[in-house]
Parts: sequence; C-alpha cells; structure tokens
Amino acid sequence: MKFTIDQNGYYGKFGGAFIPELLHPPVEELKEAFYAIKDDEDFKESYLNLLKDYVGRPTPLYYAERLSKKYDAHIYLKREDLNHTGAHKINNTIGQILLAQKMGKKEIVAETGAGQHGVATATVCALMGMECKVFMGEVDIERQAPNVARMRMLGAEVIPAKSGSKTLKDATNEAIRFWINNPSTYYIIGSVVGPHPYPEMVAYFQSIISEEIRTQLFEKTGKVNPDAVIACVGGGSNAAGAFYHFLDEQVDLIIAEAAGHGINSGKSAATSILGTEGVIHGSKSLLMQTEDGQIVEPHSISAGLDYPGIGPLHAHLIETKRAKVFPITDQEAVDAAFNLSRLEGIIPALESAHAFAILEKTSFKNQTIVVNLSGRGDKDLSTYMKFL
Amino acid sequence: MNRINQLFKQKSKDVCSIFLTAGFPNLNDTVKTVLELEQNGVDMVEIGMPFSDPLADGETIQSSSLVALENGMTIDILFRQILAIREQSQIPIVLMGYFNPVFKYGLELFLKKCELSGVDGLIIPDISVEEYELNYKSLFEKYQVPLTFLVTPKTSTARFEKIKNHSSTFIYYVSSASTTGKTGEFSAEQLIDFEQMKSEEINLPVLMGFGIHDSKSFKTACNYFEGGIIGSAFIRSRKEGKSIVDFVGEIKGIRTESVLRRTN
Repeated sequence: MKFTIDQNGYYGKFGGAFIPELLHPPVEELKEAFYAIKDDEDFKESYLNLLKDYVGRPTPLYYAERLSKKYDAHIYLKREDLNHTGAHKINNTIGQILLAQKMGKKEIVAETGAGQHGVATATVCALMGMECKVFMGEVDIERQAPNVARMRMLGAEVIPAKSGSKTLKDATNEAIRFWINNPSTYYIIGSVVGPHPYPEMVAYFQSIISEEIRTQLFEKTGKVNPDAVIACVGGGSNAAGAFYHFLDEQVDLIIAEAAGHGINSGKSAATSILGTEGVIHGSKSLLMQTEDGQIVEPHSISAGLDYPGIGPLHAHLIETKRAKVFPITDQEAVDAAFNLSRLEGIIPALESAHAFAILEKTSFKNQTIVVNLSGRGDKDLSTYMKFL
Repeated sequence: MNRINQLFKQKSKDVCSIFLTAGFPNLNDTVKTVLELEQNGVDMVEIGMPFSDPLADGETIQSSSLVALENGMTIDILFRQILAIREQSQIPIVLMGYFNPVFKYGLELFLKKCELSGVDGLIIPDISVEEYELNYKSLFEKYQVPLTFLVTPKTSTARFEKIKNHSSTFIYYVSSASTTGKTGEFSAEQLIDFEQMKSEEINLPVLMGFGIHDSKSFKTACNYFEGGIIGSAFIRSRKEGKSIVDFVGEIKGIRTESVLRRTN
C-alpha cells in the first residue's frame, strides 16, 4: 500500500509525534496497546459485535434516486447518520473505549467541536461505566446546545475551553493539557489528528465505513469500486474511514472543506488552500498560520469543520494529488442541506452538507459515486432555522 | 566556549535561571528585563518565544504569550533584541518555544541567526529526542546550537540515555507531570523522584523547572541539583508590577536590602 503510515508514524512527510516529554509515556503506552489489539481477533470480535448490536451497523448504502436524476449520476449515500448518536464518530469511540478498558483505564477525556464526538464519547463512557470529561469551546457550547445537553444527560462533565478562539482547536489544546496533568487518563481523540499513533488508530477504527461500502456496492451493482468517494474534512475522520479501502484503488477521492465566507474573506477553514506545512496538536501537517507561525483562528458555519489543521493522512493525499479538494462556502453548504432534505427527505449535518455541495461544483455524469453522509442534521436545526 | 558551559564551570550550585516571555509586558521590555535580571544576580535567562497554542503551558504563560503576540512580538524582533542584549551582557541565553514558529521561520535560518546573535541554547519542548535523531540533529550540530531536552520523573532509562547522549550543556529536569505554573508544595513522592534523579550518573549539570515559584521550592531544586528554573512565578510578578530586585531577592531567600547593597 502506498498510503500507509511508516514505522516512524509518517504519511510521506506528514505525521510524527511532536509532543512534550511529559506526554511521551502515555503516548508510548497507547502505541503499544494499540498495536497489540490491531490484529487481535478477540478484540475485533468485541468491536464488531458492539458496532452491530449497539451502534446498528452496517449502515445502509442508499441509492438516492432523485438526487441521482438531478445530477445525472448514480449517487449512493453511505448512511452514517443512521448510527446510534447520529454520526460516524461512534465507530471510533467504540474502538477506543474497548482499548481503554483493555488498558485498565477508568477515566476518559475528549475534545469536541460540533459535539458529535463528545456525545459519542459520553455514550461509550456511560456504556462502560467510565468517568468522562469533555472539553468544548465556549463558542461551540453556545451553537451546539442540544449536544451539550445530551452529553450532560449521559453523565459527562462538559468543560468550557475559554482560550483562543474558543472552538475545536482550543478544546483540543485544553484536552491535551488535561492529559499532561493527568497522564493516567485515557484521551479519546475524535479525529485523524494528534501525535502518532492517533491518526492511524482513528482511521483504522473508521475504516469500517469503506469496508462496508465495498461489500454493499458490489451486492447492489456488481462493481468492485465506485468511480468516486466524496466526504467532508475538518480533521478528516469520516473521510479517512470512507477512503481507507480505496486508497490504492482506481477511485477518485474527493474532499469538501469548509471555505466559510469564502477563501479570501479572512473567515474560512479551507486548510488545503490557505494552509502551509507546520506542526499542530502533535503532528506535522498542513495548517492555517501567519507568516510568523502563529495558528490562525478559522471560521466555518459548521462547528465540526471549524479547525485550522487537517489530519496528516489527508495532507499527504492532497500533497501527492491523490485526493482532490473543493472549498465549499457556508452558503453553499446550507443550500446543499436544503436540496438533500427536499429531494431525499434527509436532513444532513452541516458538516456532511459540505460534501453534497460538491455535486454542484463538478460533473459526475454517468459515474457511480458514494457520498459519505457522516451525520444527521438535528443538532444544526437552530442554524438551519435562520434560512427557512 | 558556550556561555552555558562557561557558567557551570564557574558555578555548580544555586544556579538561578529565569524564564521570561519575549515582548511581555511590553514589546520592548525584553532587553531591559534581561539586563536587570543579570544585575540582580540571575545566572541564566530563558527567553520564551510566544506561540498562539502553547500546549505544555498553564494559564500564566498562555496569557503572557498572547499579550506578547498582541504587542507584535516576532522572531525577527527577538533576534534584534538579543543583539542589543549582547552589546551589554554575556549572560547565557536560552531560547524556549514551540516548534511551529521555528519551523515556519525555517529551522536552518533560525539556527544560523541563533549562532550569529549569540544564543547559547534552545529548548523546544515538542521536538522529542526521536524526532531530533530522525530529522533535525544534523542541522543543530552544523550551527552548534545545543538543544536541551526535558526529562521527567517518568522518562524511561533507555530514553534518558539517548537524551544524555544528545545533550551538551545541561539537563532540564521537570519536577512533576504537569503543565507549567503550579504553586503547590512538593510531595513526598516527588522528593523521592528527585533523590532518584540525583543518584543518576549524569555528566552534565541538572536544572529543575516546573513548579519552582518561591524561595522554598528554589532551595529544594538547589539541594538536589545545580539549580532551578523559575518561569510562571516571574511572569506573575511582572503582571503584579513587582520589582525585579524584590522578586529575585525573594526567590533567593535574601533580603532585598542586601541584594541592593551587592549590586550597588
């Protein structure tokens, strides 16, 4: 495989572990534990059983007929929105909570942007009887109130991150600081970011998405591969999962990233265009920064994409031109959400709506494509209501 | 000879190193703060290069970094300030900061300017010894700017050996698993860790940092090691408007008047 991680934790020139010495022991402990379970059949069985009976997998691969007609293509939706808790995030938290349990951990810390990862973490902590702390930016707490309530109802403590832009970047900083001060805690990262082995581990736990797509697509169409897979990228966990088994195949990998008010508006989160090489949250990747290497505060209407970096796997896919990126503005995402709602009766999460907006940007004439519908839109109703 | 090595040749106990954030509280305070620290008997300074997202730092250094950035602090300004310091002082200077701004500046250019401006060492907490070996060692060696690694009570023996092999000035021993700026007393367990560290065979001086905030904790650092590093406590004293002479006097456990007498 050309796109797998090397022994030092790098995808090409991106990745690695840029962490203070204080974090070295817990990261090393995690690395050992992850590699011990990665090919362990018993672990895989418990993971798959929970995904089946608790999460409700496999999620359907749905042929969107009216959408297909509109865009003159064969469009399949991977319905990650139908997972328990309403998004793909739980695939990863189920995997990591089982790992945490195996490591004898009692307390979990996590960061969250839109709150989907926070809810998915709070959920698995309740399931396993573990203590759960979730850092969430103050701005996000306000714009994602229903998810905050869900986390609290599930017994998690939601701690506002008050530094910087008070969004996902800062919630991640605070979670990492908490981990430094409490190294026996298990830190469940929600995306394919962070120091090695997190990007690899989260991609691995999300790879169930493309594993299912392959089987389901073959059953439905007799095709081994679609022509293209489309997914949105903030940090990039749903895209990593949707791309995983197609990385070395003849499949176009297409990324939607959040352009906010527009690439040159100063209010954007389009990392692949505005970003340059640097180190963020423990790994080398592309990130939005000033000339002086200070991290820039991003903007997106979608809290889950409001992140100034991108996972190192995606930086590598973009750098090598393996993946193609389309910047999608806030308005285009909202339009795509209304379009999907009215054509297919599915209200997508604002994050996922960015992926659908790509259908307006380029032609997929007669192609078979899969759009990863990473989450449902209930949490975004207060935003959507402004456009009704 | 590197000024840090020179210092430890002359002085092997009670070494007092102070961390300050460059460009804090005002952009042009860096030079006079360093000179004043030296006049008041501080042996070495660590100048913090502000970063927007300082992962290993507690609130005090986070906020001083943000103020410095709002003041317009940059790496180029810092190099000019260091040149100004060097016109008047030979105090050992260590630059401390996160890797991203240095990487963005260009590591090679950065190291070249460190060499030219008279910087004696670097602390970049998020370059691990593994990354150093893998990608950066040759550049640091080319420009002879020594990198100081952090060692914590939880650093394994094997890693500590590696770190020792790559160190040439001093070892930065972190007193506890925490972010910077803690003000509690050292626990009995920590004292056992310090004892253990003291008994290690190390051919380099050791300075202890993190949690050194008053004369008592500084004295503990000096009892076990060659000296101590004070960071957040100094930043707090700047914020409170306390004079440097009073702050250093308090840390060293000597009365202000005596410090005044000595410097006069």
